[in-house]
Amino acid sequence: MLQYTIRRLLLIIPTMFFVALITFGLTRAAPGSPFDRNENRPLPQATIDRLNRLYGIDRPVTEQFALFLGNALRFDFGSSLVKDRQVTDIIGQGLPVTAQLGVQALILSLAISLPLGVISALKQNSMVDYGSLFFATVGYTIPPFVIAIVLIFIFAVDLRLLPIVGWGDIKHMILPTVVLALGPAAFITRITRASMLEAIRQDYVRTARSKGLREQVVIVSHVMKNAMIPVATIIGPATAGLITGSFIIETLFSVPGIGRLYVLSINQSDYPVIMATTLLYAFFIMVANISVDIVYGILDPRIKLAH
Amino acid sequence: MATVATTAAQQRAIDANVLLRKQRSLWGDALYRLFRNKAAMVGIAIIILAGILAIFAPLIAPYDPTLQNTKLNNMDPVFAGTPYTNPHYFLGSDELGRDILSRLIWSARVSMVVGFVPTALIFVIGASLGMLAGFYGGWVDNLLMRFTDIVYAFPDLLFLIIIMAALRNTGIGEVLGGLLLIFVALAVISWVGLARLIRGQVLSLKEKEFVEAARAIGVPTRRIMFRHLFPNALAPVIVTLAFAVPGAMLAEATLSFLGIGIKPPTPTWGVMINEGFTVFSQSPWPVMLPAACISVVMLAFTFLGDGLRDALDPRMKI
Amino acid sequence: MPELLEVKDLKTQFFTRDGVVKAVDGVSFQLAAGETLGIVGESGCGKSVTALSLMRLIPQPPGKIVAGSIVFDGQDILKMDDDDVRAIRGNNIAMIFQDPMTSLNPVLTISRQIAEALELHLKMDRAEAKKRTIELLELVNIPSAKKRADDYPHQFSGGMRQRVMIAMALSCNPKLILADEPTTALDVTIQAQILDLLKNLAREFRTAFILITHDLGVVAGMTQRIHVMYGGQIVEKADTGELFANPKMPYTWGLLRSIPRLDEARKAKLLPIEGLPPDLIAPPPGCRFEPRCQYRHEICSQQVPELKHIPNSKPDHEARCFGTQEGGWLVNTDWRHDVGSLEQLEAIKAEIADLPLEAKRAEASGDTPPPPSV
Repeated sequence: MLQYTIRRLLLIIPTMFFVALITFGLTRAAPGSPFDRNENRPLPQATIDRLNRLYGIDRPVTEQFALFLGNALRFDFGSSLVKDRQVTDIIGQGLPVTAQLGVQALILSLAISLPLGVISALKQNSMVDYGSLFFATVGYTIPPFVIAIVLIFIFAVDLRLLPIVGWGDIKHMILPTVVLALGPAAFITRITRASMLEAIRQDYVRTARSKGLREQVVIVSHVMKNAMIPVATIIGPATAGLITGSFIIETLFSVPGIGRLYVLSINQSDYPVIMATTLLYAFFIMVANISVDIVYGILDPRIKLAH
Repeated sequence: MATVATTAAQQRAIDANVLLRKQRSLWGDALYRLFRNKAAMVGIAIIILAGILAIFAPLIAPYDPTLQNTKLNNMDPVFAGTPYTNPHYFLGSDELGRDILSRLIWSARVSMVVGFVPTALIFVIGASLGMLAGFYGGWVDNLLMRFTDIVYAFPDLLFLIIIMAALRNTGIGEVLGGLLLIFVALAVISWVGLARLIRGQVLSLKEKEFVEAARAIGVPTRRIMFRHLFPNALAPVIVTLAFAVPGAMLAEATLSFLGIGIKPPTPTWGVMINEGFTVFSQSPWPVMLPAACISVVMLAFTFLGDGLRDALDPRMKI
Repeated sequence: MPELLEVKDLKTQFFTRDGVVKAVDGVSFQLAAGETLGIVGESGCGKSVTALSLMRLIPQPPGKIVAGSIVFDGQDILKMDDDDVRAIRGNNIAMIFQDPMTSLNPVLTISRQIAEALELHLKMDRAEAKKRTIELLELVNIPSAKKRADDYPHQFSGGMRQRVMIAMALSCNPKLILADEPTTALDVTIQAQILDLLKNLAREFRTAFILITHDLGVVAGMTQRIHVMYGGQIVEKADTGELFANPKMPYTWGLLRSIPRLDEARKAKLLPIEGLPPDLIAPPPGCRFEPRCQYRHEICSQQVPELKHIPNSKPDHEARCFGTQEGGWLVNTDWRHDVGSLEQLEAIKAEIADLPLEAKRAEASGDTPPPPSV
């Protein structure tokens, strides 16, 4: 187990290297300089050249990449090309906001989906089941930005109950959290229901009943204990979903997190910010996936992680 | 004797009845289950309708979707019951005075193309590499698995955003209003999942007796792959592809909504929502109408995908 | 002597998309304390459903016990409320299932799964239950039981798991054990060990048991009496010795003919029973075995035979056959030499030959009960 964990953690390093390489290559493949993007107020060529030299963009790409790697190892990602601030500063400012939004959304989605999935499996083909299936299908299918727009229209424009954009007090957080939670909630509801239905018809459940256990005990310690294993493994993909969801939600609701920062820096070709944020996301997702695999190994005695 | 004959005949009728219940081929049975699924049938109907709109957009759309009429901009749909309507614009007009109905119809065209073309690319790349990796193993397999690790560390959208942002203003980004770049970007990141799926299927099927039997009687490798392995791995592949189509559509809409997808003035539902959002608090229609369209089409594909999954493999997860 | 178990006219049905499957159709039998009974029949005849009905473990929907009574220890199980039934399950009646690979919960340790019942029914605390669990595992000959008690099912072989199932069944000293094809999924060499273990432990604990199997060979040395089931009904009841020496139902004859025998002097050909088991949604109108019977007469397809005492047999020997009952045409037939009308045999074979291959295969692999549509 320990050996497996260490090997997985070590594998992060080459993967991060390739993530950096690909991202670097792609961003540098864009033509021109990040400083000639403003079509309304073009800068004089001399200024652009000077800026390029200042930020090292005029050097060969391989040299730039080596330089970047060297600095990145010391957690130095340089300064933003747009704002005159250190990238680590900017990210450090946005990260808590995004983390708070993400954690809130994850908790909310689990609080909705787990009970809903379990109940709908236990009451298969009932109204509750159909209702939760409808919720799961809609939440899984309708694009999050469409749901956001509809909710903004209802609660902010029409009823004027909640602010449209911004971040700060609870009122600001309600809509972004709900919308961000909806996709994962729908997804986890589907998995929970399917997994419960699969477990409930296994032979060992009949054995448990034949021992005279109460139905609640059968469900909790025999059915759910098995059914939750696949559910635990999708927390990983759900986290990835929260991250991509945050790009859209933060942009839509003007939440000052790193999701919005990321989309902004993409539009502004702010290379250092793009690089740092991408690496952060990739690292986070890999750690999430490794944790999920370890949890899986703990939950399911049949899995031997050493192999 | 007469009575015996009747009972025997009755018995045969009963037997025949029993047999009818059980006599369906694997694919026939799947098709039968699919056609019995009402939601899937509704989905197919909507998809066919969207397909017709897409193919005949130039004939159906009342106006050129890019024709601007700034004097008649921000019109509400004729049924909205506000004074700002114009009988020429059934669903109203946008900020630049373009006909929303025409733009919605033309958007269907982009969406269908964006849905199906990358899916076909994914199928070709994913199926062939997945089969190779699963069948031969070795370095092909190793390379595939390492590549998968990297791609899985990127969320799809993150990767798409980087590709689009980087290459949008290059030569390839200009082709077909950015469509080609979207195709390539979607194919590049999505083939991996399918390849992995097929690899896994082939790996497990390879051990099955019927493949060993085929090998034992000297069936050539290529024939084993295409006549024995591929058809048996097909069911989950079909389901995956059925979900890849709306996935691609959603990706395009999301990118266009974020302003880094298809370039205006090419109308797509995502572009329309992006443009309409600036005037959202004054008039919700330019946003709500394309939002409704994309939701309906996405639901239709999900219904079909769910139906296919239930029909082909009722025990499949999710 | 008061009976431990008295089942009367039990009817269990499954309500499926294709119709109502009459899986158990009017089954009656008794069992005294400590007595052993074998229920034999091919797959789909309703024997497993009968066992599950006794513990009210029929999945509902689609299944339902629609009629009858199951009096256990003086109380009708079918009239009890759920709590009372649970108090009996695992405590007074325990069950051993067919497939030890799937019947144990993969994520719980062996000891937990046995101790569960001990804590529930015998009110033991965790330590006591653990201690008793290890004793039980030793009783069923699990080597180094103490060490292995905390292993998970996947760390045990099939035979070992079935020993665990037996330990689990015995844990609360039940008065009755239902063993549903306990050895079908095991290697032949292991089968004998498990059956011996079951028989010896049941004798030691003075536990009555019902052994359900499709294999007449398995029950031969195991149980005092045998009931043969066909098409959801009991078609013959007799002492074990009597049944083998003097069977009185053409279906039983068919079963006996299809057992390979090593002690047979002449090289007898194994004769399979031709045809398919009856469709339990629309069973044959007369005798259920009539469509496959080489001895059939007109009456067999027109009237339903009763389960009745048979002339020339022991007093408690009953069979459901017009031919062997008082005044029938098979009363003096020796099944070993007279295989019935060859013409009818050919007719049955011809009928099957007409059936599409699919149906034959589906029937051949058919399991009990027909797949419920949910």
